[in-house]
Amino acid sequence: MKEFSKTIELRGHIIDSLILPKVYDEILDRGGNYSSDEIRIGKTKKNISFARLKVTAPNQKLLNNILDRLHELGAIIKEEEVVVLRAAKKDGVFPEGFYSTTNLDTYINYRNKWIKVKEISMDCGIRVDNKHMKAESLKMIDVKKGDKFVVGIKGVRINLPEQPKKKGVFEFMSSGISSEKPKGVIIKRIAEEIVELKKDKGAKVLFVCGPAIVHTGSRKYLINLINKGYLDTLFAGNALAAHDIEASLYGTSLGVSLEKGVVTPGGHRHHLRAINTIRDAGGIKNSIKKGILKSGIMYSCVKNKCDFLLAGSIRDDGPLPEVITNVISAQKEMKRKLKGVKLAVMISTMLHSIAVGNLLSANVRTICVDIDPAVITKLTDRGTQQATGIIIDVETFLRELCDNLP
Amino acid sequence: MTKLLMCPPTYYTVNYEINPWMNVRVKPDKEKAPVQWKNYYNLLSKLKIKVHKIKPRSDLPDMVFTANAGLLFKKKFIASNFRYPQRQGEAKYFSKWFQRRGYEVISLPQNYLFEGEGDALVIGDTLVAGFRFRSDIHSHRYIGDVIGKRVISLELVKSNFYHLDTCFCPLDNETALYYPAAFDKYGKKVLKHLIPNLIRINNKDAMNFCCNALVSGKKIIMNNCTERLKGRLEDLGFKVFCLDFSEFIKAGGSSKCLALYLG
Repeated sequence: MKEFSKTIELRGHIIDSLILPKVYDEILDRGGNYSSDEIRIGKTKKNISFARLKVTAPNQKLLNNILDRLHELGAIIKEEEVVVLRAAKKDGVFPEGFYSTTNLDTYINYRNKWIKVKEISMDCGIRVDNKHMKAESLKMIDVKKGDKFVVGIKGVRINLPEQPKKKGVFEFMSSGISSEKPKGVIIKRIAEEIVELKKDKGAKVLFVCGPAIVHTGSRKYLINLINKGYLDTLFAGNALAAHDIEASLYGTSLGVSLEKGVVTPGGHRHHLRAINTIRDAGGIKNSIKKGILKSGIMYSCVKNKCDFLLAGSIRDDGPLPEVITNVISAQKEMKRKLKGVKLAVMISTMLHSIAVGNLLSANVRTICVDIDPAVITKLTDRGTQQATGIIIDVETFLRELCDNLP
Repeated sequence: MTKLLMCPPTYYTVNYEINPWMNVRVKPDKEKAPVQWKNYYNLLSKLKIKVHKIKPRSDLPDMVFTANAGLLFKKKFIASNFRYPQRQGEAKYFSKWFQRRGYEVISLPQNYLFEGEGDALVIGDTLVAGFRFRSDIHSHRYIGDVIGKRVISLELVKSNFYHLDTCFCPLDNETALYYPAAFDKYGKKVLKHLIPNLIRINNKDAMNFCCNALVSGKKIIMNNCTERLKGRLEDLGFKVFCLDFSEFIKAGGSSKCLALYLG
């Protein structure tokens, strides 16, 4: 329920005069509520006392009515600070003193109205559209000369994530990372979270995956999850797709036979040949249309309309035609596809996990699965504090997850 | 030795209505009012209470009620900020009077309303202050800072008792008169806790302005009161002098309103 609130201060001999209890009674009797932010009681008769309260009411009219009465009783109504805006002098450059965002829900007080900052993610500025009373987080590169940005911290408020009422994996894990946790129970809880989320049509599940999924022979589980519709979005790099296609076309991953577990003679060329084939066919989607690619993670994504994004890097071979090689374009596209994501599962990919983590709001439930605890530490150290880490082999994780999902 | 500031009722009348007692059709008797004032003045002289007089102004009929001019604390005079424009003109004359005699005149910020001893009475180490009809509570904090005393703010709830000195009267450090109906439950509780000998007065005495009494040591001067109240006060060792202030009650004041304590 939306609440209207204002902070008030009382100063003086408010205890001896019973003004403070009277203020409490007046608020409650008139249908409002309060929380005490600070109370300092004078020790001697001469010392005055001080109280700061947050007064809330279900509507503005009632709040005003309460505040009028409290003013009669000596309350000073604290005017909230409003944001200071400054225009960008150049494209791609924030104005001096710009406010740098966190990934937490952020509000700005603009013209005495609290506005939620849209699409919040860390390390951005807050651009304010004063005509439409809108605010959004914006990457430095997207700054246009003349855009108005919040400078300083006045009039900016961040909300810590709400504690979920239901017991899920995030509450079950008392610490963020530990290798000494009962994995089976944790994975079961994740499965339950996914099932719960899928009941909400607007909520999306994102998987961020590294090629280890293919190397370890666990892609069949991921394919299973995609085929059953548990994934809405897949973020990966060139490698995952390339080795997935290699596996589909040659039965190897990095030249190692996925059936026999041994190096296939000449197998080191397989992934390059696979990329070449797909490039010749005009991309993954076209190769499926032409009947060249008939199975695999990417095949299932296309067939099941699981939205995927492949972002490139310098070490990429090929790359596959669907890979976005311009990092700025990839970042923008990622941000666009993140709308509606409520759960992000990051599996065996450090750099991709950190990159995606930087674009996520802290409200997105984030699970990072890796056999190396350092990956999870790095992710959280770089600001994705909401991440829960599971130290486990990827194959075990995906197998167990599939087993726990209907 | 009590010293007072008073203003002769030369121009005293009821030309406007700013409290429930005032009625422009029921004006004070032009002959009786000066006589009542003179009787009061003579009694004070007889009781060896020193009275200073301020010159009355023809356009300020309520100037006769000097208690509302401000609050004197040692050599500091906190000048009133009257709520109603009809009385606001008084402030400069009172301030000048104190300035000329070497007092430090303290003006409150303009948005703070304060009507002097009408709403601020010292009892022991505490200033009891009334608010709502004339003074506002915001002024109390300011005054508390100036005088360095504990300020107990009480909300007045009956418009007939629009100033604190119409419903509360300290008699000594531990004794006071009060009219309970003029306060809410919080105020009554505070007074009971604060003052060991709190004397309730009944409706009749309250309407006769008996709380609006002038106190000098053990002497109390008030409008005619009931024998019961008089007897009670005498039992406590006070000497009660009852006079007729009926012409001043027509404007909502009695013996206390007609005098400001100078020491």
